[in-house]
Amino acid sequence: MANPMRIRAAAKDGVTEVRVLMSHVMETGQRKDSSGAVIPAHFITELTAKHNDKVVLSAQFGPSVSTNPYLAFKFNGGAKGDKVVVSWVDNKGDSRTDEVQVA
Amino acid sequence: MKKTIMAVAIGAVALTAPNMQAMASEDLNFDAYRQMLADGNPAELFEMEGEELWRTARGPKNATLEQCDLGVGAGVVDGAAAQLPRFFADTGKVQDLESRLMHCMETLQGIPSAEIINGKFRQGERGKLASLVAYVVTHSNGKKVQVDLSHPKMKEMYDMGEKVFYYRTGAMDFSCASCHSQDGKRIRATQLPNITTSKGAAEGWGSWPAYRVSNSQFWTMQHRLWDCFRQQRTAEPVFASDVTIALSVFMAGKGNGYEAVWPGVKR
Ligand code: HEC
Repeated sequence: MANPMRIRAAAKDGVTEVRVLMSHVMETGQRKDSSGAVIPAHFITELTAKHNDKVVLSAQFGPSVSTNPYLAFKFNGGAKGDKVVVSWVDNKGDSRTDEVQVA
Repeated sequence: MKKTIMAVAIGAVALTAPNMQAMASEDLNFDAYRQMLADGNPAELFEMEGEELWRTARGPKNATLEQCDLGVGAGVVDGAAAQLPRFFADTGKVQDLESRLMHCMETLQGIPSAEIINGKFRQGERGKLASLVAYVVTHSNGKKVQVDLSHPKMKEMYDMGEKVFYYRTGAMDFSCASCHSQDGKRIRATQLPNITTSKGAAEGWGSWPAYRVSNSQFWTMQHRLWDCFRQQRTAEPVFASDVTIALSVFMAGKGNGYEAVWPGVKR
C-alpha cells in the first residue's frame, strides 16, 4: 500500500494555500537497473484536491514529475476547520487519499 | 585504443569548456534555489515513517522505542540530536545518533546491531534506522548544536577526529582537509564548507542528514561520511565505527553554538 501524503492547508485573507508532499517512486519506465533490465514505469497519473466536497484542483501527472512530488496551490475561499482531501491514482491502479483540516 | 580515448577526452573538454565559462559569468543564484528546495523538503516523508517506527512495537521483543534514552532522558526526543554525539554511562561509549538508536533497537527490541552494521544503506533495518534519524533530528531543527566535550572520552574522540580529518591516505593521498579547508568552494549546487573553521564545521554538521533531490534519497551523517571516505579514495569505514563517531564529535564540537537545519535538503 502506498505511504501517506503530508498535507498542509492554511487560510489567509479568503485564500487557502495547500501544500502536498507525496511519497511515490515516479518511475519513468525509461531507466534500467544495474543488470540492464528496464525498470517498469510506475507514476501518478491523476491527482484531485477537494475543499469539503468541491473539486478545487484536478491535475494530470506524468513520468516527468520527480520522485516524491511536491505540489503547492491556492484556491479562493476556505476557512479554518474546513476539510481538504487530496487523492491520487497511479498507472498501476494504486491510489491514496489523505485529508487535513485547514489551519 | 588509447588514442581514441584521448581524442574523445579532448573532444569532451573542448565541448564543455566554453559552457562552463558561460555558466560562471551568469549570476548563479544558489541561495534562491536552496530556498525553493527547502519548501516541501521530502525528508518529511522519512520523518513521518520514523515517527511511526518509534511508536511501533517491533523486533523479537515486540517493543517500541519509546523508552529509548538518547541522552536527555528515556523517551525524550526534543532537542536530543543537538547534543549528540555524547558519552553514555550505560554503554561506556561515545555514541552518535545512529549508534545510539542502534543500541536502543538492540536492547529494547532485540534487533541485532550486526544486522545494521553489515547491512546496506537505505535497506532493511539500516534503512529504518535512517527514518528514525529523520524523526529525531526534526525535533532539534533550529536548535543550537550543544555538544558537551568535557568528558575525557569525548575529548579523546575529538582529538582522534581531528587527527583523522588531517590524515592523508589513499590512492590520491587526500585527507578530509584536502577538500574541506578552503572558504567559498562549491561543487555543483552544494557548498563545500571549510570544516577547519567553526562556522564551516557547523554548516557541514548542521545540514546533514539531508534529502538529496538529485537522487531522491535520504542520507544520514553516517552515509555522508561513508561517501566522503569513498571520495577520498580510501577504505570504506565500518558503519557506526569509532572513526566515524570521532569525526562527528570533531565536527559537532567545532560547530558548537550554531543552529542546526535538520533535516537538510541538498542537490
Ligand atoms: C575528494 C574530495 C573530498 C574529500 C577528501 C572529502 N570530502 Fe567531504 N565532501 C566532498 C564533496 C564533493 C561534498 C559534497 C557532496 C555532494 O553534494 O555531492 C562533500 C560533503 C561533505 C559534507 C557535507 C557538507 C555540506 O554542507 O553539505 C561533510 C560534513 C563532509 N563532506 C565531511 C568530510 C569528511 C569528514 C571527510 C574525511 C573523511 C571528507 N568530507 C572528505 C568532497 C570530499
